[in-house]
Parts: sequence; C-alpha cells; structure tokens
Amino acid sequence: MIATPAAEFSTDKGATRPVLMDLKNITLRFGGVVAIKDISFDIREGEIRAIIGPNGAGKSSMLNVISGFYVPQQGEIWFEGQKRPPMKPYQVARLGLARTFQNIALFDGMSVLDNIMTGRLNKMKSSLFSQALWWGPAEREEVENRAQVEKIIDFLEIQNIRKTPVGRLPYGLKKRVELARALAAEPRILLLDEPMAGMNVEEKEDMCRFILDVNDEFGTTIVLIEHDMGVVMDLSDRVVVMDYGRKIGDGTPDEVRANPEVISAYLGVAHE
Amino acid sequence: MEFLYASEVLVNGLMAGVMYSLVALGFVLIYKASGVFNYAQGVMALFAAMTLVGIMEGRVPFAHLINAAFGVHVDRFGWTVPAIFGIALTALIMVGLAIAVEKLVLKHLVGQEPIILFMATIGLAWFLEGLGDVMWGADVKVLDVGLPQGISDSIETATNNWLGYGFFIDRLDIWATVIAAALVAALVGFSQYTKQGRAMRAVADDHQAALSVGISLRFIWIMVWSIAGFVALVAGIMWGTKSGVQFSLSLIALKALPVLMLGGFTSIPGAIVGGLIIGMGEKLFEYFIGPMVGGATENWFAYVLALLFLVFRPQGLFGERIIERV
Repeated sequence: MIATPAAEFSTDKGATRPVLMDLKNITLRFGGVVAIKDISFDIREGEIRAIIGPNGAGKSSMLNVISGFYVPQQGEIWFEGQKRPPMKPYQVARLGLARTFQNIALFDGMSVLDNIMTGRLNKMKSSLFSQALWWGPAEREEVENRAQVEKIIDFLEIQNIRKTPVGRLPYGLKKRVELARALAAEPRILLLDEPMAGMNVEEKEDMCRFILDVNDEFGTTIVLIEHDMGVVMDLSDRVVVMDYGRKIGDGTPDEVRANPEVISAYLGVAHE
Repeated sequence: MEFLYASEVLVNGLMAGVMYSLVALGFVLIYKASGVFNYAQGVMALFAAMTLVGIMEGRVPFAHLINAAFGVHVDRFGWTVPAIFGIALTALIMVGLAIAVEKLVLKHLVGQEPIILFMATIGLAWFLEGLGDVMWGADVKVLDVGLPQGISDSIETATNNWLGYGFFIDRLDIWATVIAAALVAALVGFSQYTKQGRAMRAVADDHQAALSVGISLRFIWIMVWSIAGFVALVAGIMWGTKSGVQFSLSLIALKALPVLMLGGFTSIPGAIVGGLIIGMGEKLFEYFIGPMVGGATENWFAYVLALLFLVFRPQGLFGERIIERV
C-alpha cells in the first residue's frame, strides 16, 4: 500500500485542511512510453505541494495533466468535490487553475502591465459593444481590474518595469512577470513549473520569498515542481516524489527525506 | 510644372498604395494570430464582392444549378437590396465563412507544420473561387454601393486656382483612403483597448501562454478570420467598384505579397507603410524611369523591390527579426 493515511501527516496544513484536488490513478502514455504510471495524490486547500524527482521522472507531465494540457488515458481528477470531465487547457484555466511554464511563456510583444492584464481576461465580462464605447460597466471593469493588477505589481516589486516590453527583460524578471500573470487570475490553485530553474542564488531567494508570501497573504494553494531539493524542503508542506513515472514517496519533507526509496532515486544505491 | 506633375503622380501613387495596404492587412491579421499564410485572402475579397453584388441585385444564389436540376428558369428574385443592408449581410456571410473554415479546416490541422496550413488555404482559395462562380455566375459584375467616382472637380479647381495646375484625383481613391484609415483606426482601437483585442494579441504572441490564461484559441481564430473576412469585403468593395467584380480581382493578392515583404508579415503598421511605399514607388518609377526603359514598369517594379528587400532585410521594415539563439 503506497498511500499514507492522512492522519499520519505531521504538518497542520497538510493534515487538517479539506482536499481541493484529488488525483486518482492517473496514467499517461505517449505511444508506447509510459510517462505517468498509476499515480494518486491529493492537494489540500492552502498548502504548498511540491512534486520532485530526477530528470524525466514525469513531473512536468503531471503538471500538464493537472492544467489540462495533457489528457491522461486513465484516472480521474476531482476538483472541489466534483469529477472533472476531459477539458481543454483554457477551460481548466477558467476553473481557476493558473500556471507558469518551465521555459517561460510570456507575450513578448506586450508590456509587463499588458501581460499581467491578460491574466484577468476571464474576470472581464462586459460586452464588446460597451468596451468599444468605453462606456459605463466596461470602464468600471477596466479600472477595477487595473487596480487588482497594480496590487500584484506592488506585491512582486516590479513597479519600475511595468511599461517595459517583456521581451527585453532579463530571465529572472521574466519568471517574476509570469508569476504575476498567473496571480492576476486569482487562482484556486497556482501551478509553478520549476519556478527557480536557471536562476542565480539571489533570484532564487527572492522567488522563494514571493512563493511563501503568496501562500501566506492570499492563502493560495500552490503546486510546484522543483529540482533543487534544498529549496523544496524549505518551501513545501508536503512533497510527492516521482521516479520513472511512478510515485515513490509522499509526505512531509522530513518523511520524504527519510524514505529509503527516495534516497536511492536521488543518490543511487550501492550494489553489492 | 514638372514638380507639380510629379506631386500629382505621388498623391495618386499613395492612394493606390492604400488599396494594396487593404489587401495586405487581411494577410497580416491571420498570419499574426495563427501563423497561417492565408493564400485565399485575395479570393475572399473576390467572393465578398461577388456576394455583395449578388445580394444587392437580388440574384438567386446557385441559379444555374437550380435551373439545371429542376428545369426551371430562375435568375433574379426581382428585388434590389440597399447597399448598407447588402454590406451588413455580406459581413455576416463572411463571419459564417470564418466559422466554417475553423470547423472544417483549421480545427483538424492544429499543430501541423505551417506549410500544411498554407496548402490548406490554397485548397480553400480554389474552393471559394468555384463556390463564388457557382453561386453568383462567372460574368463580370458592376458593383456600385454609392461611392462617388470620377475626377474630383473641386480639387482640380482649387489646385488650379492655388498652384496654377489642376490635380486629377479620383474621388473613389479619396474615399478609399478615408475608409481604409477609419478601418485601421478601428482595428488598432479594437486590438489595444478591448479584452478580445488583448486576447487576440496574446494568441498572436504565444499559443501556450494564451491557453494558460483561459483564452480559447478556436474562438480567437474564428474572430480573426471574421475580421480578415470583413477587411476582404472592404477591399473587395473598393477594387470591385474601381475595376468591376471579376476573377482578376483575386489576383490583387499577388500585389499584396511585395507589400508584405516590405512591411513584414507580422506588422499592421508595416502593411500600411509597405502598401504606401509600393503604390508611391511604382507610380514614381514609372514616371521618372519608365520612359527610359520603354514603360510598363508597374508590372514588375513591386516584385523587384520586394526581391531587394529579401536580400538585404528579409524580415521587412517592421517585421520581427528572426534571431536563433545558439
């Protein structure tokens, strides 16, 4: 039996909060290659849930399944107590799942502000006609959304680059803008695909702080994939460990660190 | 005098350029949003113009087919439709066309190579051309939506009094310029200040990212093809009024190619400026250099200019520079 009963979890966040998303027996295949093999785990309200594992373990595939970019061949995804039917990525986004990408997917031609505003597209309801006339509800809506976006810009300390075209920004700032765009959607779950990949130490520390602050201040549930074990252990409430498409560990950072299978996957085991 | 005549040539060239820009604009819109070079853009202009004439004159669509199948002889409904309703109805038909293209073609080719999509639009061009002929007949049609035509007397008199030389300027060209300017202003306003416009720019930039913020690519594609259809309708009206609605109308697409190479395939301002440069350049070239080489330079000038651009600035004046990181 792989799944650990919830009561055994030691952290408060992981143990007592209600389940927000439940992934049951997910299997994802590309032709003959099995990327994810019968994996189950849950995501609880307000926690930071990490997925770790060596290269090619299927972490990104897992995130893509959650965000609807891949449709698994088997398994069920339950979100807010309801089974989620197969959906297009944009429909999943409209359910309240926002994400960032491993190789940054921003709108390079647009300013930082415009990029973040796209995160709020689904919050805007006024008709094309009233927008065209810049009239009543449309104007109010635009102003409200701008105010929200400005809040996020302040929060992530990117005021000084708000008018800069994103294409001109350095890597670390791009990652931050991508986070801002995801936050602008006020997501139920925020999915971060290697938010710290390719960053220097200082940038990593900043990003860690932002992730923790987002979780603290907005209570946002966060699922993140990360390579850097140290970072993951500091940040997360609970960790799923994957290797070769299987789940080999699930629990608090301490539990996972002590798991022999995890140790062997990461460090290798001496063969006698 | 010489200078004034050259200025007149220049003004006329600029106005001809506006007409090229109108066609090029349709290409740019679709190319930006979906990476598809829509070969059918010129035929869409022809089809829109044919449909507009057909509706306005109250022609029975598929009259030949109906006659052949049922042995009857129908041709016209016997009514005429005012231009404004005709244009509105044709615009709706172009939206229907956009939906059909998305549902029947694009949807099934998601993620395919650009060349495959390009081939699909060639097929679409042939299909539309045939459909237009079958629906409305292949005869040369006269399109008159009430736009003024002919040399503007007032401009001629005014310039004659002022400069001592009367400028010959076609009123249709003036209207075309005004309408094109309004169209471009509306497009820019739409893409900059509405949420649908923002979504459109987002899709143009990055499909994955657009999906992740909840934008439906299919909706945006339908929207963009509808707008391109509307631009094609405007171009079709202008060109159709000028030179009659006939097959050669679809060949204006060929003139749009050098415009795109100059302006860049991904830039709306580029399409405008490119069109103006080509229009102006070919008239001035014909005026100054034409006599030395035996004339008829307008047939090839645009293409040679485009060729030079391909050699020295392949991304065009405003296009995105292609830089591969290694």
